[in-house]
Amino acid sequence: MYGLGPLLESLFKKIGVPTFWAEPLRAIIVSVVILAFIMVVVMVLLWLLRRFIAYMQSRLGPNRVGPEGILQPVADATKLLIKEDITPAAADKVMFSVAPVLIFLPAFLVYLVIPFGKGMVAKDFHMGIVFVLAVGGVTSIAIILAGWASNNKYSILGGMRSAAQLIAYEVPMVISLLGVVMLAGTFKMGGIVEAQSGGFWGILPRWFIFYQPIGFLVFFICVLAELGHLPFDLPEGESELVAGYNVEYSGMRFALFYLSEFSNAFAFSAIIVTLFLGGWKPPLAFIPDWYILSPIWFLSKVGVMVLLLMWLRASIVRTRIDQLLALGWKVLLPVALFNFLLTGGLMLV
Amino acid sequence: MNAEFFGYVAFFTFVGIAFAVSAIVTSWFLRPWRARGEKLTTYECGEEPIGTGWHRYNIRYYTFALLFLVFDVVGVFLLLFALIFRNAVKLGIGSFLFWQMLIFLTIVLIAWIYAWKKGNLEWV
Repeated sequence: MYGLGPLLESLFKKIGVPTFWAEPLRAIIVSVVILAFIMVVVMVLLWLLRRFIAYMQSRLGPNRVGPEGILQPVADATKLLIKEDITPAAADKVMFSVAPVLIFLPAFLVYLVIPFGKGMVAKDFHMGIVFVLAVGGVTSIAIILAGWASNNKYSILGGMRSAAQLIAYEVPMVISLLGVVMLAGTFKMGGIVEAQSGGFWGILPRWFIFYQPIGFLVFFICVLAELGHLPFDLPEGESELVAGYNVEYSGMRFALFYLSEFSNAFAFSAIIVTLFLGGWKPPLAFIPDWYILSPIWFLSKVGVMVLLLMWLRASIVRTRIDQLLALGWKVLLPVALFNFLLTGGLMLV
Repeated sequence: MNAEFFGYVAFFTFVGIAFAVSAIVTSWFLRPWRARGEKLTTYECGEEPIGTGWHRYNIRYYTFALLFLVFDVVGVFLLLFALIFRNAVKLGIGSFLFWQMLIFLTIVLIAWIYAWKKGNLEWV
């Protein structure tokens, strides 16, 4: 048996934890580990984003705090912690406080089903990918709530745009997933990774991106919209809406918005990797998938994906909101449906 | 299996809320409290805000939203179809299911083309 789960179980047995307490104890340990992981990942991503984009724009970026500026996110987090946190007099006070908590929740819950490595998943649920879609939708609700509660014209427009965005990308996203689900025959994240084992001619891995290039493309574009990433960062739209839905937020509550944005960027890169790029499977088919190396393969693939997102962020301009809706309904939806039928037809022959 | 999973979801929900709330509460003790007067006004880039933000907005993607509801339900239906399709092919009833799905999708596509021609897929 592989996996951290059985390892933890045998550890519990050694210490002598009663069976009734084994599962709750596991849940506590897993949740704390994931929370710590999110903190570290967000800090690394923040630093990486600023340095990477700075270099792409012929700047230096933050390089003073710690070696190569690596401690900059720590300094920023500390600053945000001791900053004054203003609730505007006109805002809906209760909802204004609820929104940042609500936006962090889906960002955290998504990690429940992400397989980080062989057997390294908090809980591999048989509805895994549907759970991700369902939880991902909550982010939009939190953004609309934040926009409305702020009672600021810019924020409300940001919230409205977020709703429009949800309407534009959600349907093509679900339909572009169908190909993967059909090939794997399961919603389970671990099962989808397992379905991608083996290789062509013993070299190229049997990843779903090779079976589903169209599905991958549509899903990737939809993830960009889901993340509110350039070219679809309309809810924030700095040059039109100041900062969109989080104009009025400051201090720790602003930090929570920022935290969930970056944690989502990692989570959805991880989901793309799981669905299309073989999850924790090694990049060449003849490499044995050792248990120890699996999280390293996974994290390096996610790293490539995150860098791709940042590259787009540094090089693409923002679309208009009506263009996004037209793209979603007139291009992505028929293309995704075509991909679905094509996959079905090819599976029959 | 299900009960166990939703136990996890409930617990993670609790941890997520607890983390977010404790972060806010920690800063509560550390931060200054000097917000008064103009600092509390709504931020509009230095302009005096005219009126409140809470008034009626023209939701210009309303027809999209109606279509979205329909297509989201279609999406759920297709997800279930996709889940069983692999086994159906193995059992040899794949082509039967596939043709049924093709008929269903043709009807959906006709509705979609109708909506497009009627101008519901335009930003009004």
